[in-house]
Amino acid sequence: MTVATIAFYLFACSAIAAGLLTVLARNPVHSVLWLILAFFSCSGLFVLVGAEFVAMLLAIVYVGAVAVLFLFVVMMLDVDFAELRAGFSDYLPVGVLIGLVLLIQLGLVAGSWVFADAAPQLRTAVAPIPADVENTRALGRLIYTDYVLLFQLAGMVLLVAMIGAIVLTLRHKPGVKRQSVIDQMHRERHEAVELKDIKPGQGI
Amino acid sequence: MDSAAGIGLEHYLTVGAILFVTGIFGIFLNRKNIIIILMSIELMLLAVNINFVAFSAHLGDLAGQIFTLFVLTVAAAEAAIGLAILVCFFRNRGSIAVEDVNMMKG
Repeated sequence: MTVATIAFYLFACSAIAAGLLTVLARNPVHSVLWLILAFFSCSGLFVLVGAEFVAMLLAIVYVGAVAVLFLFVVMMLDVDFAELRAGFSDYLPVGVLIGLVLLIQLGLVAGSWVFADAAPQLRTAVAPIPADVENTRALGRLIYTDYVLLFQLAGMVLLVAMIGAIVLTLRHKPGVKRQSVIDQMHRERHEAVELKDIKPGQGI
Repeated sequence: MDSAAGIGLEHYLTVGAILFVTGIFGIFLNRKNIIIILMSIELMLLAVNINFVAFSAHLGDLAGQIFTLFVLTVAAAEAAIGLAILVCFFRNRGSIAVEDVNMMKG
């Protein structure tokens, strides 16, 4: 057994265990933390297979952004999570049954499936992995040339998601005093200052 | 495929399949809790990414890894929008139970 084999089994087992614990954990905060472990393990798997850039992206985007977003939302919402788990044991048999059926189906498909002998030679790679360039540089060369339109489109998707999330969650509370710059600039002297002629010996 | 002797495409596909099934299992199990459902969807997308990267490495084709980037983008956007809707819904109803989502009588 080489180090890489041991590392693969380690990462694979921790990914699967963390995935299961994500859906089984009682406390949603624990769920998010298990999800983070699953992402890290898969990131390790990607490093093993030679996709370093995607692995780092997984660690940065998923763990750094998505999982932390989940954590924020779970901690921010004041929900009785015990109540939400009420039907847990009712759904367990159905869930296990459907999961098993699906797993057996996937196993049957993957178990009997092999590449035809000539197939790998017949297929020409769309974007062959260059031998002399490291993964990140090779990906960058492709993304900024052949896939630049798709890349821009992905940026648009993120922009729309960002604006959408802001629009959905922004709310204006009534009764909060705010500075109005326009009103301040349009103030005139005669409406801001009033001169009163006060007789001597009298108050206002 | 890689330097690890004995670790081939099938091993990665198996991990991907198990993670995908775990995601579906999670959706069925936590039918009331939208947050866990969203996390299960993230798990399923992760499984898809594993398949993409495994095939990409096996076939020596970078297109799979590029597609993984786009899947990741969409997953991040989906999580952001989904959680925003969730926060909005919680503000209006004070609950995140799925069966309470009937305000539009759909």
